[in-house]
Amino acid sequence: MEGSLPKPYIILHIINIGELVLKQVYNGTISYMQIMDEFGSLDMSLFPKDVDDNKILDMYRWMSFARALDAKALSLQRQGRAVTYAPILGQEATQIGSALAMGDNDFFVPNFRQHGVFLARGLSLEAFFIYWRGYEEGSTVGKGVNAVSYIVPVATQLPHAVGIAYALKYKNAGGAVVTYVGDGGTSEGNFYEAMNFAGVMKAPVVFIIENNGWAISMPRSKQTMTATLAQKAIAAGIPAIQVDGNDVIAVYKATKDAIANSANGPFVIECLTYRMSMHTTADDPTKYRSDEEVAAWKDKDPILRIKAYLMKKNLWSDKQESEMADAQLKQIDDALEKAEAFKPDPKSMFENLYSFMPDVLKEEMDAAEAAGYWQSGLQAKEVDGK
Amino acid sequence: MMTNMVGALNNALDLILAENKNAVVLGEDIGKDGGVFRVTDGLYEKYGELRVMDTPLSEAGIIGVSVGMALAGMLPIPEIQFAGFMYLAFDQLINHAARYRSRSRSTKSVPMIVRTPVSGGVRTLEHHSDSPEEYYSHVGGLIVVEPSNPYDAKGLLIKAAHMNDPVLFLEPTKLYRLFKQEVPDNMYEIPIGKADVVKQGDDLTIVTWGTMVPVVKNAVENKGTNAEIIDLRTINPLDENTIIKSVKKTGRAMIVHEAQLSFGAGAEIAARIADKAIFELQAPVTRVASASLPYPFPGYEQFYIPNEMKVSQAIDRIMSV
Ligand SMILES: Cc1ncc(C[n+]2csc(CCOP(=O)(O)OP(=O)(O)O)c2C)c(N)n1
Ligand SMILES: [Mg+2]
Repeated sequence: MEGSLPKPYIILHIINIGELVLKQVYNGTISYMQIMDEFGSLDMSLFPKDVDDNKILDMYRWMSFARALDAKALSLQRQGRAVTYAPILGQEATQIGSALAMGDNDFFVPNFRQHGVFLARGLSLEAFFIYWRGYEEGSTVGKGVNAVSYIVPVATQLPHAVGIAYALKYKNAGGAVVTYVGDGGTSEGNFYEAMNFAGVMKAPVVFIIENNGWAISMPRSKQTMTATLAQKAIAAGIPAIQVDGNDVIAVYKATKDAIANSANGPFVIECLTYRMSMHTTADDPTKYRSDEEVAAWKDKDPILRIKAYLMKKNLWSDKQESEMADAQLKQIDDALEKAEAFKPDPKSMFENLYSFMPDVLKEEMDAAEAAGYWQSGLQAKEVDGK
Repeated sequence: MMTNMVGALNNALDLILAENKNAVVLGEDIGKDGGVFRVTDGLYEKYGELRVMDTPLSEAGIIGVSVGMALAGMLPIPEIQFAGFMYLAFDQLINHAARYRSRSRSTKSVPMIVRTPVSGGVRTLEHHSDSPEEYYSHVGGLIVVEPSNPYDAKGLLIKAAHMNDPVLFLEPTKLYRLFKQEVPDNMYEIPIGKADVVKQGDDLTIVTWGTMVPVVKNAVENKGTNAEIIDLRTINPLDENTIIKSVKKTGRAMIVHEAQLSFGAGAEIAARIADKAIFELQAPVTRVASASLPYPFPGYEQFYIPNEMKVSQAIDRIMSV
């Protein structure tokens, strides 16, 4: 019955049939950017001025390094030498492109999956492995790396990024904050609240939505009814763009431009990529997605296209490839060896809880040490990598 | 059937959905994926997406929408993927689910069962191993239940579905698949608010729940202590009678829980024992719990959670007085 239709439907209906009865008060659009296509061909009209072939080689090396590191972490977990791990296979362009766009003053706020960003931003690989072997000592983020460690509760890091950005601005420190959230994370209240604050505070922060198509078993299409995730920025009054997240040059350019403009306020970049692997090592994706879907994304592999470009231009050889792989693997193995030598000290749990040691806590610590049951813990199997 | 806790809970949910057309299950990855621990496996295929709903990734949304469904006469059974992420829904639980009945003088009620995995010991990442029972017990108005075996898990979940209150149903991850037990196929209820005396004894009362139940049982068995072991099963409301009766008999009381020591539920129990049975006590009340700090990264958990040796030492101490 027409008469019983709810009001919003009637209004939409009037607009849809083109009789502009109502004045339009807002109209937002989202643009899409791709610079290097799946075959390694470039759109020169968009090609960034600060990128040359050397830079592209650099991007390729970092992406390959990230993939090698990821493969190592995954295999360690499978051998019981690391805890539950979230792989980045297929997402290297989003992570390396944005990481290489950051400058010395820029600050990085991750979720739990930005291993490639950490790598390219200079986090020690030893710390990486200590973290994924399950120790806080891997969560320290050494000097010279402007970042906080991994954040696991989805989207809760985003307001921190805004606060850090405000502080950078307040202290005239220069630089911007680059922070990451998954497609699933854009459903959390923290995502909207952070964007809204960033807009109001004109905070120099770049939100990168790492849209890898899935949030564990939830496909992007069911996560939200919006056509793009970037358009969520419109509601916060923030400019946004959607880019091919498997195109490292497009991600680089978008991030670089957003950082360059960050004095004027925040920016949102949605990177369209794909999680080629499982959500984490505890996940079985065959329960909820088809092999065909995964296979289709194989052709869009972010590393294949950049390699195709380099080979076409005779910038890369098999010999260089194997030399690079050997050198990267050696760095990885050296770091792992150090990380595996790390021995936890139970006292560190107590000693780092407050800026001082309360008597009541010290008594608890001393009693625990004296009782000797830490010893039985020390002898327990180190990591059983569930 | 012989089944573990996952199987028992899955079966209980199946029976509840079959019995009550207004019951729905909702949460992250609980549909096609069957939940990250597989507790809802097969329910999506059996009951369809209107009753077994994969939701967007938002804990405040999941619990807030469930409160609304409950107010309108449904029985929502939301799952929060890990208890460490339920803090994002804290406002909905504390300010709304807990208060609706009292602030409307029982003209409104919020029947729902919030299921969530708790506690550690299985080397998960940060935030996946919290034992938050006291946060939710403190407010009043939220029933907090935590089974330690498959049989109780099924009966308590079914009982929760037949109540007209918000129930937080805490499921110890470590016990999900630890052992199997004979569990009746049909519907049955285990009373909520009633502790279970799992072992009779005369010399010492040990009150415990969740992951610590098997640890305490082993410690007592290996030492041959003549201890009475009480599995609390419901944290709030507390079954004070069973505890006091036992302590008056044994004259010694110990509380063992995995949650942090300081300001934990053990303190509440100790205070009640002091109130009602202090003259029958032959030794000070003892608490055994995790260290007074947030749950550490997995590499440190074996230094943090009470183990059998710690419980055993505490038994020696209290028995030597
Ligand atoms: C607040 C919160 N809820 C639930 C989880 C469990 N969890 C971890 S990752 C994840 C899905 C995240 O999906 P998305 O944001 O798309 O990121 P992706 O994993 O794809 O990188 C979920 C539900 C969590 N870590 N934090
Ligand atoms: Mg995702």
